[in-house]
Amino acid sequence: MADIVVDTKGLACPMPIVRAKKALDTLKPGQTMEVLSTDKGSLQDFTAWVKQTGNELVTHEVENGVFKFLVKKL
Amino acid sequence: MSNLQHQQAKVKKMTAHELTELLFAQEELFILDVRNSEDYENWHIEGHRVKSFNVPYFELIDGVEEIVGKLPGKQKILVVCAKEGSSVFVAEQLAEAGLDNVYYLQGGMKEWSEHLEPVKVGDLRDGGEIYQFVRIGKGCLSYMIVSGQEAAVVDSVRLTDVYEAFAKERSLTITHTIDTHLHADHISGGRKLAKSTGATYWLPEKDAEEVTFAYEKLEEGKVIQVGTTSISILPIYSPGHTIGSTSLLVDDTYFLTGDILFVASIGRPDLAGKAEDWVGDLHDTLYNRYQDLSKELLVLPAHFGSHAELGPDGVVSARLGDLYRDNPGLNIASEAEFRRVVTGQLPPQPNAYQEIRQVNMGRLQPDEEEQREMETGPNRCAVHDK
Repeated sequence: MADIVVDTKGLACPMPIVRAKKALDTLKPGQTMEVLSTDKGSLQDFTAWVKQTGNELVTHEVENGVFKFLVKKL
Repeated sequence: MSNLQHQQAKVKKMTAHELTELLFAQEELFILDVRNSEDYENWHIEGHRVKSFNVPYFELIDGVEEIVGKLPGKQKILVVCAKEGSSVFVAEQLAEAGLDNVYYLQGGMKEWSEHLEPVKVGDLRDGGEIYQFVRIGKGCLSYMIVSGQEAAVVDSVRLTDVYEAFAKERSLTITHTIDTHLHADHISGGRKLAKSTGATYWLPEKDAEEVTFAYEKLEEGKVIQVGTTSISILPIYSPGHTIGSTSLLVDDTYFLTGDILFVASIGRPDLAGKAEDWVGDLHDTLYNRYQDLSKELLVLPAHFGSHAELGPDGVVSARLGDLYRDNPGLNIASEAEFRRVVTGQLPPQPNAYQEIRQVNMGRLQPDEEEQREMETGPNRCAVHDK
């Protein structure tokens, strides 16, 4: 279970990452965040964003058009 | 006026049409592309006097201070993203930081990839005209041949409402839609356009072995008439990109070469997995069949690979004789060398090209959104495209 869940379903770019960043800023290293998104550009943007910020994308999956990302703050 | 309204007022919208006009006019433009770097490297907007710079929007969430110094102060700055949202987000921050000539691209790369700009190529002897429809974001070129109150559309893309609106404005009836070959880089609009206008749809038989629909066979020597005063479209069999590829000679002047011969390159023979089989056909077409034609013909290809091929007013064309002098693909000394060059240096294949072929055969019926996804990115139909 993630420490925080950020539901951005229905929101378009850039809002999913803007919301995710705000949430991530509240976490301590080692804690995890789950982000839900229906934005199709999510996967590549999330992967790149997590890498650029030096965190870890633990898992990502897509189910019924909803992307689910698990990010670990490092 | 609140602070927020004030910022929004300073950011200006640029449409795909306005951007196209600016690129055709070779105006100076600075583009800040805020998509992720992978998407940017795969495909971005280019122009004669365009400077482009990539910083993903998610690096700018906390502010744009770090990049403001790298941007020109007075020149037009166009912020571009995939769909629009992130470009508005970044553009507003730039405006807030004091830049006052900031635009965002309406609809982002999604609309850019679907924009079609009609440009007139020239006149026909009976008073008719030929137009090129430049799909500038993807490098696809299609054509409308107009004579009397009739029109034929060649290598139509799937955005068929553009041709229909163009015809309607001029009170034209589209009577023929023609595909020079089975396309692998974009979804053909030929069948859809024929269906909605009552036109006849033409396709080379050798490219149509697996199709699920009825069509008229595009065959060498079988003349297609447009209008009352017999503007003829003469098909010439010219295999190589596909086994059925057929070129069209319009009014003895305009030579529509499909994906066989481009202005700066030549077609690639591998998109149906048969490079070794078709490279010989491609060589024969370019070095024998086309050689027998008048060097005065104006070559009008179905693609361009780079903005450098856009001529004045945006038309992509070249005299056949000039291409025999300047096009590297027409200046390879021997067939053995040709085989080596053409099959040895092929660029990556276009996005979803196998699925696109299936759609064009009528064997897959994706919805609008899926079609759009399949067509993402550049066309890559030429041998020398990067």
